[in-house]
Amino acid sequence: MGEPVLSVVFELIGGDFSLAGDASSRVKRILQQAGIPAPVVRRAAIAAYEAEMNVIIHADGGTMRLEIHPDETRLTVADQGPGIADVGQAMQEGYSTAPDYVREMGFGAGMGLPNMRKCADRFDIVSAVGEGTRIEMVFRHNGPA
Amino acid sequence: MLTLAEVCEVLDASVLTGETSLQMTVYTACGADLMSDVLAFTKERTLLLTGLTNLQVIRTADVSDLSAIVFVRGKVPQSDLIEVARERKIPLLLTRYPMYEACGLLYQKGLKGCSSAPVMHHG
Repeated sequence: MGEPVLSVVFELIGGDFSLAGDASSRVKRILQQAGIPAPVVRRAAIAAYEAEMNVIIHADGGTMRLEIHPDETRLTVADQGPGIADVGQAMQEGYSTAPDYVREMGFGAGMGLPNMRKCADRFDIVSAVGEGTRIEMVFRHNGPA
Repeated sequence: MLTLAEVCEVLDASVLTGETSLQMTVYTACGADLMSDVLAFTKERTLLLTGLTNLQVIRTADVSDLSAIVFVRGKVPQSDLIEVARERKIPLLLTRYPMYEACGLLYQKGLKGCSSAPVMHHG
């Protein structure tokens, strides 16, 4: 994979729910303006939002990098959060460590990571306790829905 | 499918923002307070009925390409939500009916849920 056609990095601030989703909304608009097919834009925007919410909920901060390549869009979300002790467990639907105030906002149902994997054509997660979590997702522009 | 104007009539709803979009057609609807479920299971061009009023509702609607939002049981959304809805051109409706009744009334008029409707792609 060569140099991306377009690359943007968004800063994410942990605990700031007034801005939660703002980066994902921008990602969506950039992809729309780039002429990426609507179903791909939707999958990428949903996955971006799930990942962004995870950073806001669990970490002090992080970044979301959007890279648009000719054939695919890549999203890399990295945080300086507590990390995930058991990634396999976290990938199970319904497993969540989110606090109650997050559940009151309609989140923390343990669907975020499984939904990201469902939306993306490729999904990779690396996490280390005490260091943080890094998620890489690829959305092929002509890939399966 | 129903137009937003028909949805307003069925639910005796008022329009908080999006008055100019009432001829928009909605193909499916979803009743949920769990935004995680909305993100995981809805289709695009869906009408969301919810009792939640925080900013995450409109962010969820935006990234999921939802058509419009109905706030049930007389709930009024927070001002920051309304601001984003105007900016993103997502109509907001208010109804006094509680969730179950609002969903039932729309279902009775033929508006199906997300599990039963064919997938529609719109540009």
